[in-house]
Amino acid sequence: MMVAALYLAIGSFALGLLMNLWRVVQGPDVGDRVLAVDTMVINAIALLVLYGVLNGTAVYFEVSLIVAMVGFISTVAFARFMLRSNIIE
Amino acid sequence: MEIWQEAIVAFFLVVAGLFGLVGSIGLIKLPDPMTRLHGPTKATTLGVGGVLIASVLATLFSEGRLSFHELLISLFLFLTAPITANFIAKAHIHRHVAPDDLPPTGTGAPWAVQSDAKIAKAGDKTA
Repeated sequence: MMVAALYLAIGSFALGLLMNLWRVVQGPDVGDRVLAVDTMVINAIALLVLYGVLNGTAVYFEVSLIVAMVGFISTVAFARFMLRSNIIE
Repeated sequence: MEIWQEAIVAFFLVVAGLFGLVGSIGLIKLPDPMTRLHGPTKATTLGVGGVLIASVLATLFSEGRLSFHELLISLFLFLTAPITANFIAKAHIHRHVAPDDLPPTGTGAPWAVQSDAKIAKAGDKTA
């Protein structure tokens, strides 16, 4: 039962990733694309944690923590660049 | 694991998957950028939170120990999601809303986005 639920969650987050990718390609504005990439990072974190639960290892939690930090920093840098056309002044 | 323990973990996993999917559908289906901000920042963050709760419970039930890595990740995500949303909304106002269309701030100071625009223009001249 738990393995079936794991596969269902993995499937829905993977489908979500594809939808975000569609928004990245389609997105009418830069802001939409940045938001979609940020959502892709969050969905990827969920997938990493689910994969760790599926395999019963704890290695993927550190990986997902680092991915979360890098994703946040890069989103802030993108938004900063849209706002000021400069990142570090 | 007992059957009821598996049922609790499976419940959290299913709820988390549905929330993540709803967030991504919202990112696709909603009509304009500011409404699109709602899907990922709320629903998807909650979905990841559910995954992390399921992970904590799975470790607790199968190995009998409480792990705090997941709580660290969910704390970080719940702290950063509003900041990200605020930054993207600011960038949208800066790029697409005319300064005259913004409501008055009521403090005498202009909107932070406008003062940013002035500084950016001054920077362009000197650069």
